[in-house]
Amino acid sequence: MTLTLDIEKPKEKSPIVTQTLFLGIGLALLILAPLFFYPVFLMKLLCFALFACAFNLLLGYTGLLSFGHAAFFGGAAYFTAHAVKEWGLPPELGILVGVVGAAALGLIVGYLAIRRQGIYFAMITLALAQMFYFFCLQAEFTKGEDGIQSVPRGHLFGFIDLSQSTNMYYFVLGVFVIGVAIIWRIIHSPFGMILKSIRENETRAVSLGYSVRNYKLAAFVMSAALTGLAGGVKALVFQFATLTDVGWQMSGEVILMTLLGGIGTLIGPLFGAGLVVTLQNYLATSEFPVTIITGLVFMVCVLVFRRGIVGEFYNSRLGRKLGFEHRQ
Amino acid sequence: MSTIFGIPMQAFLGQLLIGLINGSFYALLSLGLAIIFGLLRVINFAHGAQYMLGAFFAWMLLSHFGIGYWSALIVAPVAVGLVGAVIERTMLRRLYTLDPLYGLLFTFGLALTIEGTFRYLYGASGQPYATPAALAGGTNLGFMFLPIYRGWVIVFSLIVCIGTWLVIEKTKLGSYLRAATENPVLVQSFGINVPFLLTLTYALGAGLAALAGVLAAPIYQVSPLMGSNIIIVVFAVVVVGGMGSIMGAIVTGYLLGVAEGLTKVFYPEASNIVIFVIMAIVLMIRPAGLFGRDA
Repeated sequence: MTLTLDIEKPKEKSPIVTQTLFLGIGLALLILAPLFFYPVFLMKLLCFALFACAFNLLLGYTGLLSFGHAAFFGGAAYFTAHAVKEWGLPPELGILVGVVGAAALGLIVGYLAIRRQGIYFAMITLALAQMFYFFCLQAEFTKGEDGIQSVPRGHLFGFIDLSQSTNMYYFVLGVFVIGVAIIWRIIHSPFGMILKSIRENETRAVSLGYSVRNYKLAAFVMSAALTGLAGGVKALVFQFATLTDVGWQMSGEVILMTLLGGIGTLIGPLFGAGLVVTLQNYLATSEFPVTIITGLVFMVCVLVFRRGIVGEFYNSRLGRKLGFEHRQ
Repeated sequence: MSTIFGIPMQAFLGQLLIGLINGSFYALLSLGLAIIFGLLRVINFAHGAQYMLGAFFAWMLLSHFGIGYWSALIVAPVAVGLVGAVIERTMLRRLYTLDPLYGLLFTFGLALTIEGTFRYLYGASGQPYATPAALAGGTNLGFMFLPIYRGWVIVFSLIVCIGTWLVIEKTKLGSYLRAATENPVLVQSFGINVPFLLTLTYALGAGLAALAGVLAAPIYQVSPLMGSNIIIVVFAVVVVGGMGSIMGAIVTGYLLGVAEGLTKVFYPEASNIVIFVIMAIVLMIRPAGLFGRDA
């Protein structure tokens, strides 16, 4: 009996194999990338990609649109820069300070924001992040308009010199891979399943007995902490932390990266971040303001391209054949 | 010199006045946001950009065509309202069936585009706009000096706010709007053109923002960034008030403006965050907002 069943089962290549293959190619490309591109550009890209992936944990997998993630990104950049420069901490501890700081901020903002839903949630996070911006503008340790300048990169674990750009690149790549792996682990855990059920139908999740508030808050803090990881590393890459990273425009940028790459896809934000960062680099030398393009891309994405690049690929024939699935 | 709580009376009243003026703009803007949200379920992030457009139209009318303040007070809001109507009909309309968050994101992109374009054309610095001759100068009230234009802004914005409230609460058109807010499908089945109502509402909201912009032009400099500076504060005002009631939006606007002004007297360092702090406190005590109904 079991034999016939086995025969009737359609033979398909396991999607795991192709996905692992894609993963391997992607990693190999990232490892070889410094041979072809300017390392600082790549490091910026990876920092923003991790930022967008962390943001997507909240928007794509929990259904919460935060308009205030710049506070965690820029905040962590300040914390890390301060810890490394003023306290003389090594880079790994400096980044830890950034992560913990961002998580603490996330706890406060999240605690207040989850009291309202949907559109209000977005407005509250935006307003609280703006409040943090004004705090950074006036606080002593952020050095106001100048920002914290010439932050030393230091030696990782005491012996890897991060002022070497190759060393720094592989350190950033390592952090990025670990960050994405953590996100992957979260969304494939039972906890992640509950997050998705909140996204799909919050009322139902409540009626099933889940304490939705606590789950939302936990997701918010995790997202903030991972955002802090990206922000802390960015402060070491550029060796400064300024007000730009805490402004509301930054919160908008990360939304765009996620939307463009594909909301609710694990690696979509990487592509979105790649496109936006490339665009910014390309337009940096011209007089033409980036915001016009960013704004237009935003409008077009929302009107006709809501699945994003990776989402569209998953939904295409080829994507489905390769065993990807994506629901919006 | 008389003092109040150890603060010179003059400084106290001066800040109270500035608070009332800021409050006038908060009230006008949150009123427009509340009207648009009530019917379209869209948070209009472009509201700040439309406010800026109003101010810029007034400035352009004066500097390019010699058309003065009083005409601009009518022409600029109508023009911005028309632009809003076109945007609603061609683009925003497609998003009504989706999650409201997409409306927020779309109007955010719209705001970035408008703001970026004006920054490209006119630079980030502000353009001065002269106070109209009829409202120039000031008057001495005995206890303080009141610039006439500032008094005019407070009075005029009150008239506009109450007028809008009356239109929505007391007229036939307003009753259609309120009914369509409750149940658009039913209203449509009674033969009322709901899609047209939606366009009208968006145009009205955008026009109100532009009107606030024209009013603001002689007080603040006309700059491409004036909109994004104010819109986030207005969002906080809207969260505090709750968008359930039009009157709630108006009252909260004035109250928070005054609260901001008074903070400037007693604790200046906190003046630009006091509204956000009030928002946080309101969220803890009364999450639905002061005048909000639970969503």
